[in-house]
Amino acid sequence: MAGKSAGQPAHRARAGAGDRSTLADAILGLFAWRRHLERREFAGARPLLLLVLPFLLLLLLLLSLALGSASIPLDQILSVLLGGEADQIAWTNIVLKFRLPKTVTAVLAGMALGVSGLLMQTYFRNPLAEPFVLGVSSGASLGVALVVLTAGGVGGALLAGLGLAGDLLLTVAAGLGAACTMFLVMLVALRVQNSVTLLILGLMFGYLVAAMVSLLLYFALPERIQAYINWTFGSFSGVTAAQLPILALIVAAGLLLSTALVKPLNALLLGEDYALSLGMRPGLTRFGIVLATALLVSAVTAFCGPIAFLGIAVPHLCRGLLGSADHRLLLPGTMLTGACIALCASIIAEMPGNNLVLPLNVVTALLGAPVVMLVVLRKVRGIS
Amino acid sequence: MTGPALETRALAIGYRRRGRPDNILARGLNLSLRRGQLIGLLGPNGIGKSTLLRTLAGMHKPISGQVLLAGAPIAAFSPGELARRLSLVLTAAPQPNLMNGYALVALGRHPHTDWIGRLRHQDRAAIVRALAAVGAQDLAERPVAELSDGQRQKLMIARALAQESAIMLLDEPTAYLDLPRRVETMQLLKRIAHEAGRAILVSTHELDLALRSCDRLWLMSPGGIAAGAPEDLALDGRLGATFQADGIHFNQIRGTFAPDPPPGPAVSLSGAGPPLIWMRRALERSGYSVGAGPAAVEISLLPNGRAATWQLKVNGGSSSHRLIQDVLDALEGHKA
Repeated sequence: MAGKSAGQPAHRARAGAGDRSTLADAILGLFAWRRHLERREFAGARPLLLLVLPFLLLLLLLLSLALGSASIPLDQILSVLLGGEADQIAWTNIVLKFRLPKTVTAVLAGMALGVSGLLMQTYFRNPLAEPFVLGVSSGASLGVALVVLTAGGVGGALLAGLGLAGDLLLTVAAGLGAACTMFLVMLVALRVQNSVTLLILGLMFGYLVAAMVSLLLYFALPERIQAYINWTFGSFSGVTAAQLPILALIVAAGLLLSTALVKPLNALLLGEDYALSLGMRPGLTRFGIVLATALLVSAVTAFCGPIAFLGIAVPHLCRGLLGSADHRLLLPGTMLTGACIALCASIIAEMPGNNLVLPLNVVTALLGAPVVMLVVLRKVRGIS
Repeated sequence: MTGPALETRALAIGYRRRGRPDNILARGLNLSLRRGQLIGLLGPNGIGKSTLLRTLAGMHKPISGQVLLAGAPIAAFSPGELARRLSLVLTAAPQPNLMNGYALVALGRHPHTDWIGRLRHQDRAAIVRALAAVGAQDLAERPVAELSDGQRQKLMIARALAQESAIMLLDEPTAYLDLPRRVETMQLLKRIAHEAGRAILVSTHELDLALRSCDRLWLMSPGGIAAGAPEDLALDGRLGATFQADGIHFNQIRGTFAPDPPPGPAVSLSGAGPPLIWMRRALERSGYSVGAGPAAVEISLLPNGRAATWQLKVNGGSSSHRLIQDVLDALEGHKA
């Protein structure tokens, strides 16, 4: 079988060379043969889709920059992006100060949530795992709730209008909340022996923190509650151009760390015992996965609020698209799919041609839930 | 001859318990496993076979004593080094989705590949060799999730082979397989041990298969582990003692465990050939005690060409029957 399947294309190449004896045929045959041999582990998968997704992402990037409440011609947008000036100063401002940061934020958030969802689903061997199972978003929401619901005087006045300083304060509060949770989860991750214990502890921790938030809400003033609820809707528009590098840096670190985890993640597809027997370092792997997830999720949650559904839906969608469970394909795949879906959600939330802006979480759930349903009805794939 | 691939010195295995005495499953184990050997680990349920395998694999800490890999304590090996020397196959083969047979076997190359698991020429050669060794070439491009238990277990064994470790530990790898697949798997392991020079330890409940294919047996009982050639252990009664239970005995002649002979009416049986073996089983199953000496009921197999004919003599009367069922029916008639 091995010899036969590997030999067939080579034979075809030889025949082609003999018939017309063109160098091109031989080279083509050789490439077909090589690719066939090299990708044998991907037989039945669609790895070439990875080459298509970047074009889709590019298209969505342009759409995201082009669409908005103000209509700006595409050539003007392009000239601004290339460092030029638009015909109207307002257009330059809109593109550089609003649409570009929003678009980049959506891409970063989509990548981060997609990848962290993949890490969680593989590590916990659970198709329902998502980035927030470790309680990171609960921690962030507690931070925000503490600031919004208890801050009095000047802070409260600032928040009432949700001015720039208020936004920054919220970001810091969410970041601190997420970082504290992350630190606690890391301490736990170093002590527990297996993934199920960690999953249950993470979920329980989430409930505990959610209860504290509820308690704060229960005693809070109604107008303050509104400010908190606005944060929970999620948004890609809150990140300023100045804050963007911070988000980008943390997300890049998380994605790099995830890339280094590809091999243990693949080994984990056979379960923890087999992964151990294949030389996986259990403690290091657990720590790496939790650290990467914590970095990705807490950064995104701090800057964009708790974005629901991307984390759970993107990995499923990506597995379905690529037809593979191999993380060497899935990792770039979830980054690209995550960025695309986040951009779609962001574009739809803005309701082009209309001044109405929908809450982001409404759109991601409306978009995400049917995807998850479809995937589940087609049999949950890639995760047993 | 080189030293053993795997060795234990005064090993005690079990579980440490907080606030209570340790649960020790076996102690004082001095065992050795050599390359080119297939060793069967036998013992009743719950005796600690899996714990022993996990301890030997370095996945479970011993209570005391040492496990030595090629002479060095197992704790001294990094996970990667350990995986290059020792591979594992467990009872239930995982069912990873969206993965083909080739990719599954390729996971066995993890201890040999770079940080992202890139397969080089020698890795691909090892995968193809492993697939061929277990006869699973036709499964390489099929989705693992669509395969049967037996096919998946074959791939898991191929994956362990592709790991190219000197030692292979298998924990009841045939438990979910049908009988022909069990025989096939044990023969496969025997061939791998002998031809590829691996040291293979396989825990199993297949006594008959283990007796026929293993070079040595480790019999695990509450007292510890008795090691030896299967035939010696059968003859000196240790095999029987290991699985001792009320109403069951080890038949040294047939090499199987059977229910104790019933105190039923005596029947004498004479003749030769396979039909006799099956007649004896049928009689024992129906509650007769079968012997060769004179008895009130005599059954003999008449040499009658290709078809077996049974002659039944009871109380001076005589009758002939073709089927074992007919003989049993006739006996029932006489009893009534």
